[in-house]
Amino acid sequence: MPTFAGGIHPPDKKELSQSKPITYVKAPKRVVIPLRQHLGAPAKATVAVGDDVKAGAVLGTAEGFVSAPVHSSVSGKVIATGEFPMALGRPIESVVIENDGKDEWVPLQDDPSYMELPPEVIREKIKAAGIVGMGGATFPTAVKLSPPKEKKVDVVILNGAECEPYLTADHRLMIEKPKEVIEGLRIIMRALGVNKGFVGIEDNKPDAIEAMQNAARPWPEIRVCALQVKYPQGAEKMLIKAVSGREVPPRALPMDVGAVVQNIGTTYAIYEAVRFGKPLVERVVTVSGEAIKEPKNLLVKIGTLVTDLIEECGGLLNGAAKVISGGPMMGFAISSLDVPVTKGTSGILALPGSGLFHADTFGPCIRCSRCVDVCPMALNPGLLSVFAEKGHFEDAKAHNLFDCFECGSCAFVCPSKRPIVQLVRFAKSMVKP
Amino acid sequence: MSEKERQFIVSVSPHIRSDVTVARIMWSVSISLLPALGMGLYFFGPRALAVVATCVVSCLVFEAGMQKWMGKPVTISDGSAFLTGLLLGMNLPASLWSFNPFLIHLPILGSFFAIVITKVLFGGLGYNIFNPALIGRAFLLISWPRAMTTWLKPTAGLLGMDAQTTATPLGILKEDGVGKLMEVFGTRTNLYTQLFLGHRAGSIGEVSVIALLAGGLFLLYKRYITWHIPITFLATVAILTWIFGGKDPQTGRMVLFAGDPLMHLLSGGLMLGAFFMATDYVTGPSLRAAQVLFGMGCGILTSIIRLVGGFPEGVMFAILLMNCFAPLLDRVIKTSPFGTVKTAAAVPGGPKA
Repeated sequence: MPTFAGGIHPPDKKELSQSKPITYVKAPKRVVIPLRQHLGAPAKATVAVGDDVKAGAVLGTAEGFVSAPVHSSVSGKVIATGEFPMALGRPIESVVIENDGKDEWVPLQDDPSYMELPPEVIREKIKAAGIVGMGGATFPTAVKLSPPKEKKVDVVILNGAECEPYLTADHRLMIEKPKEVIEGLRIIMRALGVNKGFVGIEDNKPDAIEAMQNAARPWPEIRVCALQVKYPQGAEKMLIKAVSGREVPPRALPMDVGAVVQNIGTTYAIYEAVRFGKPLVERVVTVSGEAIKEPKNLLVKIGTLVTDLIEECGGLLNGAAKVISGGPMMGFAISSLDVPVTKGTSGILALPGSGLFHADTFGPCIRCSRCVDVCPMALNPGLLSVFAEKGHFEDAKAHNLFDCFECGSCAFVCPSKRPIVQLVRFAKSMVKP
Repeated sequence: MSEKERQFIVSVSPHIRSDVTVARIMWSVSISLLPALGMGLYFFGPRALAVVATCVVSCLVFEAGMQKWMGKPVTISDGSAFLTGLLLGMNLPASLWSFNPFLIHLPILGSFFAIVITKVLFGGLGYNIFNPALIGRAFLLISWPRAMTTWLKPTAGLLGMDAQTTATPLGILKEDGVGKLMEVFGTRTNLYTQLFLGHRAGSIGEVSVIALLAGGLFLLYKRYITWHIPITFLATVAILTWIFGGKDPQTGRMVLFAGDPLMHLLSGGLMLGAFFMATDYVTGPSLRAAQVLFGMGCGILTSIIRLVGGFPEGVMFAILLMNCFAPLLDRVIKTSPFGTVKTAAAVPGGPKA
């Protein structure tokens, strides 16, 4: 079965939530919508305190090419603007809207002939909908779908690997909305002028593979591939390698090897945006972990606070020691539950204190080579961590420091429990790429 | 406690870790040595136990004492000092424990050299250049060559207290040649069988090949070690001793392709060294390709010392010499990060399922 070299097999814990259908969360009384939920320039606010807004209304417009607009997820009144705390720690300029409970939308229009739209119009609609990569990287999708002329893209790959433990949001979308996801893929292929589409799904989701295969049946140019279950199978470069056999060179982009990868949630949002003109104001979030009373997959309004989501799932159990935005391998531990769900929030996990979820002490590198064996980028992570520890940042750079995308496989297997990812980030901050 | 007041741990990703720890690795390696230790005790009796126990206790005391003295956290529960003591003891002759009070000091002195000089003074776990147990043994062998090459005759039995001494098979081979070896063991089949079981003179833990193989296979199965070092080490010794190990009984001159690789594989400290000492993470290279070179280097040096050197056995010096080269081997191996090797312009049909 196709895959990449290296990688790890952490306990996947998907059983906690994979059989729970996506349920709609009632919009909260108040949403906090940050103006920057994407890579690139923050959106420029177009509303002020006291304004009435409808659901789907623009709150901020894209500033520049690599940027994305932001929309209101509820109807109501703007009650505050200013910097609010975020999951990643740094406060970000946001708009707070009090929900009037009426759920009044800006007019949306079904365009059944969406598959005939010219590529520029598709890109325009995707850009206007504020769609960004929903797997966590939050790169503006319209930019990804506008490769420069000299880059010949010939394949689109949908990332259904969802290799992070616990997360099941994409899994549920593929089971519950397979036709819509496949339509989204066809829209992307049309926008790029590509006639080859793949959906890569890890083999631990046979129901998703079957559903997607059925949905893709009318389209011979689309193939659903079962992939070996291995973290980080869903990393862009690893997925491209597994599905297409091509390796994206260091510091190059997928389009340099003719590939564009899209996340499942993003693809669903693209379908909704291009067909109905619906902006990205809600997403599926997995709320799970051993310290969550009732794990669920929730369809959540952007700007809903984590605390509301946890309440929706019956609250935290007493042993809850750590709350994570994202997956346990690459997600961020959050200190406060009063932070909003954004376009890139794939999951909220609450983990108990038992087990090795954090390392306050760590030992020296004993050069056991476990990290070398698992590194999907074929680096020597242990050596990089020692360089960082000793302040030899240039040496780290010479050993391909900047090829590391911080998947955490090395730190997962390290018997000395060294914070290798942290040390790598530290070294990256100390030298110019 | 309301949820608003809850305090959460904030730390960097990844938030989950595997359950393999340094302590688990060290204790597992120690456990994998138990069959070989058991055979050593069976053949050499309580004196062997006294030697090994002295080494283990001394190593633990030296490590804890040095760490206390230097104001560092005491980490003997990680099992690494215990393992060093165990390996050192298993690399010594049982004859060291005698009623000569001078000799009783040797296991303690060896432990001092292993832990204090070789390990702690170089920075402790992870920073030592040389395998501590082997340096301890090398120090003793060079300083007290007579005591370190006085081998008890293996006496099967739980209380075998036979004080008779004899030479090791490799010693006989070096001093008197293969003819004498055959005289002692009768047939080749008997020679191989005795070597395989461990009924021969030698260091406490090196004699029983079957027990060492059991431990080594356990480590391979649990992936605490990989094949790269032990297999290349053993294969190199087998090939070189087969090619260059043969001698004309009359003239004593080398006859090519007439050696006895099986005898060489089964004797001396080769199995113990290949599976348990050359595979030490800290003192070996960390890239797999470098480990293959490391194993080959160990095999070449062992064969040279055995066939043309002054010592009958060369495993210890071979590993120690290769320890020096470990960082260099990691450096000369050119690694290719992901994406730097040209890949075929695959795609059209996608992957084969």
